[in-house]
Amino acid sequence: MDFRADQIERYSRHILLQDIGVEGQEKISNGKVLVIGAGGLGAPVLLYLAAAGVGRLGVIDGDVVDVSNLQRQVIHFTPDVGKPKVLSAKEKIEQINPDVEVVAYHEFFTADNAFDLISGYDFIVDGTDNFPVKFLINDACVLGGKPFSHGGILRFEGQTLTHLPGTACYRCAFHSPPPPNAVPTCSQAGVLGAIAGMLGTIQAAEALKFLTGTGDLLTNRLLSFQAKSMHFRTVTIRKNPHCPVCGEHPVITGLHEAEQAACELKKR
Amino acid sequence: MATYQLDITREHCPMTFVKTKIELAKLKAGDTLEVLLSEGEPLENVPRTSQEQGYHVLGVEPAGEKIYKVIIQK
Repeated sequence: MDFRADQIERYSRHILLQDIGVEGQEKISNGKVLVIGAGGLGAPVLLYLAAAGVGRLGVIDGDVVDVSNLQRQVIHFTPDVGKPKVLSAKEKIEQINPDVEVVAYHEFFTADNAFDLISGYDFIVDGTDNFPVKFLINDACVLGGKPFSHGGILRFEGQTLTHLPGTACYRCAFHSPPPPNAVPTCSQAGVLGAIAGMLGTIQAAEALKFLTGTGDLLTNRLLSFQAKSMHFRTVTIRKNPHCPVCGEHPVITGLHEAEQAACELKKR
Repeated sequence: MATYQLDITREHCPMTFVKTKIELAKLKAGDTLEVLLSEGEPLENVPRTSQEQGYHVLGVEPAGEKIYKVIIQK
């Protein structure tokens, strides 16, 4: 593809990079990324992928913007309160970069729509806030052969890993969701707003590395940080032969609805 | 082996090298690009960065008042 003069200017800092260059920017511009959740993690992921010029950005979220989101979900502004998050996000993305085609899904990611949703994308980003959906995303991507970035944040901590077909999956490291309420959600335990940006931008970088074939992805590794001490560590994770979804004798061969709501408080 | 021309005498850093990379991307391996650029920052940076990024700088020669021609092979 031939970039227009304004696109050459816009993407000049990518084009300058030896590892990206014109060819890499073309791959970004032809890339299709689905971001699940337009919240704390989805916000920075969407902002940076939009700025980078990813060709098609899918964003799925069934929620509307709440005033309590604004402390960390930086793609949403005060006048957006009450608006569907995907609509608010789409408006910002189009202002950042009109080159990006935004596909907004105002619904939740479920066992019923999972395969249809991920099939149209090259890379999936988990920006959700609860374990059942994180495991659902993992299972859908493993069974569907899709690369994805897992991300999670709580209080002052974050963790992320990247899965490619054949590498360790989220279930290899964490077998199954914890029992309901064993681990608090952000809405119960709180979260430092800025760590959403710390973790989400790592996920955005992984997506761009994947699209351009640059460097080494966070595969077979789990990166975690504790922002209070600002310690980062990376531990090796191995593909687990007993993994229920990608092991030698998988017991999960289809998708099942997540049982636990994001936060029991929300149900009231 | 074809030879192509590019004039970046009106560009400023970093668009000097950005425009050079855009042209180089269109070339086949072995083709050469003759880049007209100004003395000073472009003359210092474009050949050096081209070398760093794996292209071959075959020569640099004067091509007018404060203008130089840098010959880069892909």
